[in-house]
Amino acid sequence: MLRAKRVRKQNEISAVSNVIFNILFIIISVTCIAPVVLVLSISVSSEESIREYGYQFIPKAFSGEAYNYLMRAGDAIWRAYGISIFVTLVGTLLSLFVITMYAYPLSRSSFKYRNKFAFFAFFTMIFGGGLVPWYIVYTQLIPIRKSVWIMIVPYLMNTWYMMIMRTFYKTTIPESIIESARIDGAGEFRTFFTIVLPLCKAGLATVGLFCTLGYWNDFYLAMVFVNDSKNYNIQYLMYQTLVAVQNLLNNSNQISNMTEILANLPSESLRMAIAVISIGPIVLAYPFFQKYFVKGLTVGAVKG
Amino acid sequence: MAGDFYAAMMTVIFAKRCDNQMDVVVSTNPAAKKKKQPGFFHEVRKNWALFVMLLPGVIMLIINNYIPMFGVVIAFKKYRFHGNFFSSVIKSEWVGFRNFEFFIKTPYAWQMTRNTILYNLTFIILDLIIPVAFAIILSELRNKRMSKVYQSVVFLPYFLSWIVVSYLAHSLLNMQNGFINNSVLKPLGIAAVDWYKEPKYWPFILVFFHLWKYTGYNIVVYLAAITGIDPEYYEAASMDGASRWQQIRHITIPMLQNLMIIMSLLAVGRIFNADFGLFYNVPRNAGSLQPATQVIDTYVYTALRNTNDLGMASAAGTYQAVVGCITVFTANLIVRKIDKESALF
Repeated sequence: MLRAKRVRKQNEISAVSNVIFNILFIIISVTCIAPVVLVLSISVSSEESIREYGYQFIPKAFSGEAYNYLMRAGDAIWRAYGISIFVTLVGTLLSLFVITMYAYPLSRSSFKYRNKFAFFAFFTMIFGGGLVPWYIVYTQLIPIRKSVWIMIVPYLMNTWYMMIMRTFYKTTIPESIIESARIDGAGEFRTFFTIVLPLCKAGLATVGLFCTLGYWNDFYLAMVFVNDSKNYNIQYLMYQTLVAVQNLLNNSNQISNMTEILANLPSESLRMAIAVISIGPIVLAYPFFQKYFVKGLTVGAVKG
Repeated sequence: MAGDFYAAMMTVIFAKRCDNQMDVVVSTNPAAKKKKQPGFFHEVRKNWALFVMLLPGVIMLIINNYIPMFGVVIAFKKYRFHGNFFSSVIKSEWVGFRNFEFFIKTPYAWQMTRNTILYNLTFIILDLIIPVAFAIILSELRNKRMSKVYQSVVFLPYFLSWIVVSYLAHSLLNMQNGFINNSVLKPLGIAAVDWYKEPKYWPFILVFFHLWKYTGYNIVVYLAAITGIDPEYYEAASMDGASRWQQIRHITIPMLQNLMIIMSLLAVGRIFNADFGLFYNVPRNAGSLQPATQVIDTYVYTALRNTNDLGMASAAGTYQAVVGCITVFTANLIVRKIDKESALF
């Protein structure tokens, strides 16, 4: 029976190399996961055990102090979390709107100027003015840097995602469907919203998740533009907290007895607890993310 | 956002292919040939709805990209605020190349250029060899379910922000509490290392975190290409008695070759653009690490936000944009020579 199996599996790598490669990948997988587990462990360690033994994969003494503090007094944190959620939701919806609408005419082979507009978008990837003029535009020409919109508007149009969307249109929407809709008397907008978009759900999901991840993980816009602590998003708040844990309290209402609060703050585990809640939504949505990211990547390779 | 570059590259390449096929279809259609459009405004009147759809994107590109593009003149001026953006740009005093002179005279100019190029070269080489090797191994594993599990696990770091990665780095490298000092070096009897003050370790640390974050992503890119290879090639080869290793050498790798060349050349085109999150957040912008961690992007950011030196920041930014543009064009020219279809423009 063993021999039969070996014959059938002839066109595979040898059993020895299979074992070696599996071990190799187990090591790599552990390397990828371990730092995340470490952060999770620190967040549930007690402050005394951290002070005594340092950061440990298996906490010497468990404690829910950090999460308790988050629930009780983490106003600044929840505010930043709320801003991140708002920016991500609104940003994703608006940029889906901009991107899908820009990509659609470019996918229509009957549209004469499609290559011109594709280049108009594409050129921005080749040459850019750099950080300073871009910064001045958003501080002086369109002064939105004091509102949360500064963390949404600059990323609304994204040439890469637009190109991906165009590819989705081209591969899933036959011209004949658009043609027959026109013959039935539907206008371009009606065709687009009632026929094209519903047929392109996979494309919407892919580009939507790209945008969601981009907005949720973005710290750059906040780092460049945001000064006011009430507009911090969760990433930027984490950045500030790593610089100095006191920054957490800047905006909280118990500012009067700050030294006392600081002394009682489970600062080490609290920091890591913020990291954990910032990763939370990504881990929960990970199956979706993975599925559609792989789809977005393979849409070219397989069909091309 | 640097990682998205590769994903998009694939689809752009594919989109171009599909474009060409469509063009063929259109040009063989006699009806399309007959119509001759007189001009842009005629087209706008005829297809107004499509132009309306393009409008939000066009406005965003103008604000976000084209106006800043003309803003490069700021680098040749002593920028002062005069009422509004346009009049400030126009009215500011013209100083020619003085900003660039100042910039080039700083010791940082050479340091950051060297760092940016050397790190990117390292990344290009490692991002080529490691993900291709791992993708091939993953595709060869006997147990396909385990292969999927590994793929999911190594892809995870890509989804974490650089801020989170800087937390992970902190929990490993912190002087007093860090895992490495406490649980690795101490039991071995080695004195604790103050990682955030010793630049000599950082080339390795930065390369490690780059690979940690992007290898899984790149594996998925190459794995997608491998699954796209027609299985008949392998069947024919094994019928002829080729071993698995011979099949990898003579089928898989040659099939991946074009993708490998193109991905690398495109990365070469962006050799002047560093990954800001990696170089600013992971070392936490520690001053003593600068010789090893300063890259053009972090310098421009620091000059703008921390020292508020618009002249220096815009000179460095313009230098990066212009040299970067030249490298992209050169890389694209070479891609065109290798495979015309894969060129970006």
